[in-house]
Amino acid sequence: MYLLRLAFRSLLNRRYSALLTVLAIALSVTLLLGVEKIRNEARASFAGTISGTDLIVGPRTGSVQLLLYSVFRIGNASSNMRWDSYQRIIEHPRVDWAIPISLGDSHRGFKVMGTNGDYFTHFRHGRDRALVFAEGHAFDDLYDAVIGADIARELNYQLDSELVLAHGTGAVSFVEHADKPFRVSGILAKTGTPVDRTIHISLQGMEALHVDWQQGMPARGAARVDAEQARSLDLTPSTITAMLLGLDSRVATFAVQRDINRFTGEPLMAVLPGVALQELWSLLGVAEQALFIVSVFVVLTGLVGMLTAILASLNERRREMAILRSVGARPRHVFSLLLLEAAGLALAGILLGLGLMYLVMWLAQPLILSRYGLFIPLSAPGLWDWGLLGAILLAAIIMGCVPAWRAYRQSLIDGLSIRT
Amino acid sequence: MAEPVVQLERITFAWPGRATLLDIDSFTLQAGERVFLKGPSGSGKTTLLGLLGGVQLPASGHIRLLGADLAGMSGSARDHFRADHTGYIFQMFNLLPYLSMLENIILPCHFSRLRQQRACQRHGSVQAAALHLLGHLGLDQPQLRNQPVTELSIGQQQRVAAARALIGSPELVIADEPTSALDADTREAFLQLLFSECRALGSSLLFVSHDAALEPLFDRSLSLHQLNRASRAEVI
Repeated sequence: MYLLRLAFRSLLNRRYSALLTVLAIALSVTLLLGVEKIRNEARASFAGTISGTDLIVGPRTGSVQLLLYSVFRIGNASSNMRWDSYQRIIEHPRVDWAIPISLGDSHRGFKVMGTNGDYFTHFRHGRDRALVFAEGHAFDDLYDAVIGADIARELNYQLDSELVLAHGTGAVSFVEHADKPFRVSGILAKTGTPVDRTIHISLQGMEALHVDWQQGMPARGAARVDAEQARSLDLTPSTITAMLLGLDSRVATFAVQRDINRFTGEPLMAVLPGVALQELWSLLGVAEQALFIVSVFVVLTGLVGMLTAILASLNERRREMAILRSVGARPRHVFSLLLLEAAGLALAGILLGLGLMYLVMWLAQPLILSRYGLFIPLSAPGLWDWGLLGAILLAAIIMGCVPAWRAYRQSLIDGLSIRT
Repeated sequence: MAEPVVQLERITFAWPGRATLLDIDSFTLQAGERVFLKGPSGSGKTTLLGLLGGVQLPASGHIRLLGADLAGMSGSARDHFRADHTGYIFQMFNLLPYLSMLENIILPCHFSRLRQQRACQRHGSVQAAALHLLGHLGLDQPQLRNQPVTELSIGQQQRVAAARALIGSPELVIADEPTSALDADTREAFLQLLFSECRALGSSLLFVSHDAALEPLFDRSLSLHQLNRASRAEVI
């Protein structure tokens, strides 16, 4: 107990170098815990890109690919599914709801998705969060569009802003649907998912854009159908890209999946979003793990800094050790003193780092929420976090044995003679 | 007659790979005796103090402190024995700069239960014992007590070191050139204080110095040169 006080007083006497050491450890701990927190939230947010959907159905392809274009709007579908397949699937007795998804157009680099009103009722993300309109409402007119929060912010669109969609999904397109401009009818609240970067139009609107197209080219001259004429045509789509299914019970998932995989009309597949997300995350997880490893090394650097500081102080503290020996301290006291010092520095660094992490999180929370739609709760450290902190302390104590051993040896050799 | 405090018999000592540094046939320090040991630096003085402190062991011969043979003890037991029975005063910078004056004085009581008990027996508490010593050594001004020890004058620091060596009444006080950093007036005043406290507590004093001027103040004076046959051989 008295040794603890001595160690503390001795550190206090070298407060500037001790403070710097503590600060270095604290910053590294802040980084590690911060990375851990963001990693967890990013993983949770990724897993929450889609929720409540039991199956994603699309033409046969890889499950990750289907997930990528139907949920993340990354890449393009290589083939479509027929509209009558969609209609047959929603007749399935276990299907509760279905959301059709039709992709292929874009607007200034943002993907355009054709769907219907069910999307706004049934689509869920995060922990069962529904889509919320920040302004306006779902589409009622053929040329209405609902835009995500990022689009509204980045392109500075308001309600009733007009937008011309482009054919294809490149950022720059040479074929525009200039004859049929859309109007913003609603702006969705930020979700932190790809929904924020999607322009939603009705399937009929999507069809109207392409009604006069032939062989992937816009019609010319008399064959052209203008925006008003299109309204009188039958705009039932012939194909869609994919569909999201909600079932009346989770238990039915595998049965329905099997039914769809055996669908006789055309080759289709159904994937469980959770499984596909897991598969995709295992690909992306490498970056996340790299981040973790880097922050672990930063912590090690902090601890090595501590080791350096203590080792460097040993020489000038030989007098201190000799005095302690002369008043009766045994070599093991000297060893414990140095070990306590290392443990004390590490503990102070860990606690300060923990505090610093919460301070930074508290300050950055609103920013991260508005910029990335990632809500980072200020929750107490979990078991894993405590485990990490414990491991840091343990590592510090193990490393502290090095100067402690050196001081022990030195005090055996120096004995009571004061050498400076 | 009481057991001698220090008894050396046919001691030899050499650092590994070096020539014999110490070769002492016999040396005795009686209880309550004040002995002046004269020796220039390099005469094996520091090594002798290390042997007396039990930090080093002689290659041959016996060192008895209060009748107990140090060679027969484990390293930890020798440390314990030193903490209980020996007080040290060094040349200078004796104090831990991060402890207060009182904390510096009490330091040995944290490592030796015996000295703590003795201090408490006599004065009620270790603090009271420290304050008592401070009073006797002329350091009881309240303003001194709150000063960092590094701001005390060297003379004051040495007196604090003396109080630390004396607290808990160890049987032996070893002083290694404690006056070499003091000027002539302070030197003698310091010695008188040290003597009177040693007398009051019944401690023997082994005083090592090269300053022959102090010699007459002691009960007995010895030259390490005469004592140490190894150095005599070298001189011849």
